[in-house]
Amino acid sequence: MIVRFGSLAYLGAILIAPVALIFWRAFEHGLHPFWLAISNPNAVHALKLTLEITAVVVPLNTLFGILCAVAIVRHRLPGMGLVNALVDLPLALSPVVVGLALYLLYGRGGWFGDLPFRVLFALPSMVLATTFVSLPFVVREVVPVLREIGTQQEEAAATLGSSAFTTFRRITLPAIRWAVAYGVVLTTARSLGEFGAVSIVSGGIAGRTQTLTQYVQASYENFDQTGAYAASVLLAALAVTTLLLMTVVKRGDRST
Amino acid sequence: MAIEARNVTKRFGDFVALDDVSISVESGSLTGLLGPSGSGKSTLLRVIAGLETPDAGAVFISGKEATALAPQKRDVGFVFQHYAPFTHMTVWDNIAFGLTIRRRPKDEVRERVAELIELVQLTGLGTRYPSQLSGGQRQRMALARALAAEPEVLLLDEPFGALDARVRAELREWLLRLHDEMHVTTIFVTHDQEEALEVADNVVVMNAGRVEQVAPPRELYDEPANAFVMGFVGPVNRIGAAWVRPHDVEISHEPNGAAREAQVERIVRLGFEVRVDLVRDDGQRLHVQLTRHEADMLELAAGDIVYVRLRVERTFSESGEPTHPVPA
Repeated sequence: MIVRFGSLAYLGAILIAPVALIFWRAFEHGLHPFWLAISNPNAVHALKLTLEITAVVVPLNTLFGILCAVAIVRHRLPGMGLVNALVDLPLALSPVVVGLALYLLYGRGGWFGDLPFRVLFALPSMVLATTFVSLPFVVREVVPVLREIGTQQEEAAATLGSSAFTTFRRITLPAIRWAVAYGVVLTTARSLGEFGAVSIVSGGIAGRTQTLTQYVQASYENFDQTGAYAASVLLAALAVTTLLLMTVVKRGDRST
Repeated sequence: MAIEARNVTKRFGDFVALDDVSISVESGSLTGLLGPSGSGKSTLLRVIAGLETPDAGAVFISGKEATALAPQKRDVGFVFQHYAPFTHMTVWDNIAFGLTIRRRPKDEVRERVAELIELVQLTGLGTRYPSQLSGGQRQRMALARALAAEPEVLLLDEPFGALDARVRAELREWLLRLHDEMHVTTIFVTHDQEEALEVADNVVVMNAGRVEQVAPPRELYDEPANAFVMGFVGPVNRIGAAWVRPHDVEISHEPNGAAREAQVERIVRLGFEVRVDLVRDDGQRLHVQLTRHEADMLELAAGDIVYVRLRVERTFSESGEPTHPVPA
């Protein structure tokens, strides 16, 4: 009883109150100001940019995550222990540091400073930064499941005449599908909410290289509180949607 | 020869799982690989299937060298100890797997799977998932799956290991009948000597990564090649240097010839078989097996003084080789 009440109070104070306050402030003066705030061209552009980045990053990290998990669990190659440890780096490293590193790498005088197309203050660097910070999720979800299912089903498929690729497609992939889905949801949530690394490499030019999180910050700093709250609500709504998807995924997971 | 392993050696780190092992298995036979755990029998089966690569030696399947061949190209059916069912597929899809990946026509697949489901007595269970089957049913599904693509060789790793005694007995009998009907060359691994003697027409006894003896069940039991085989394929009494099977001890109430005095300690009746534990006058303990009829004729009771004579005893040299059998 005490445990339950305590944990609910904790969640209430730490999670629910701030988010509820955002919703309250955004709709304080009714729907109309909210609608005006989010239909502002810069806000719309920021939303589109955030979704674009996510649409590139999530498939990339999903594909890489699955390959990486298979390599870590199934192929006892030298160096795999190091890969396994490196995968967690984005969780340990502050996004600001990641942003700064990319800035040094692609900025004037950096190793990749003279590429024929624009990286810094443009979409490529924002995608790179977001890919970096959301890299571990699929790997971390898939690795334990791959370990748990073991190699017997894959060996059985091989003795039945199945090629390595067919075995992966028909046996391994279906067995890890819920872990992949769960990892995709987490990657999506992380990509939508990314701020630190992107804010260093993007330049944050309104209507051009400003993501939704940066739009919130810029609006707030310009005393456009309604705009900031409205964009925050939008972000929160996206987050809630991904969380709902996660619940659906969890339910599917239990049914097998 | 359907299957041949020549001088196969396999190490896992410092552990030598197979030490220069050679066996050959006749086409159409049912061969048992018998040995204690860690003797290398499962590793040998996996080497034959291509699931392990030997460090030295060669494997031939149907006369063709298969040592470097991937498992999917060896045309073997393999049944795993825990069946390795495809958990996300129905029984039907599990059995059909070997056929669908070969892109066989749909009608042919349907016909063949239906036939196999009937053969393994899973009729009506095709739409179930493996988790909804009993252990015995899962085992039969795994067999049907392995047989679907008509392999030249069927390899079974401890096929009855995880089942309870009654289901085991049923499945053994069923496997024998299946083998009689299909005549696919079959090798099965077991640590249960009774299972090997009952099911196989040829038994390979393994110990510590080596082959101890290859023989038909009867020869194995009556003429063990060494002390290990004698001790492993059935119960024995060890009296000094002599090894005696419990059914080769004769009990009588009269002292005649070489018989020695002993006291009955315990009598256990197991239906047809009666086990009698005795202590000889020199303190030597003896386990004796009698038929129920013999036991009834003797009217034994615990505490009785009787006379025992050893009918057949065997002796083995230091290295385990048999010195000639002594008819006492």
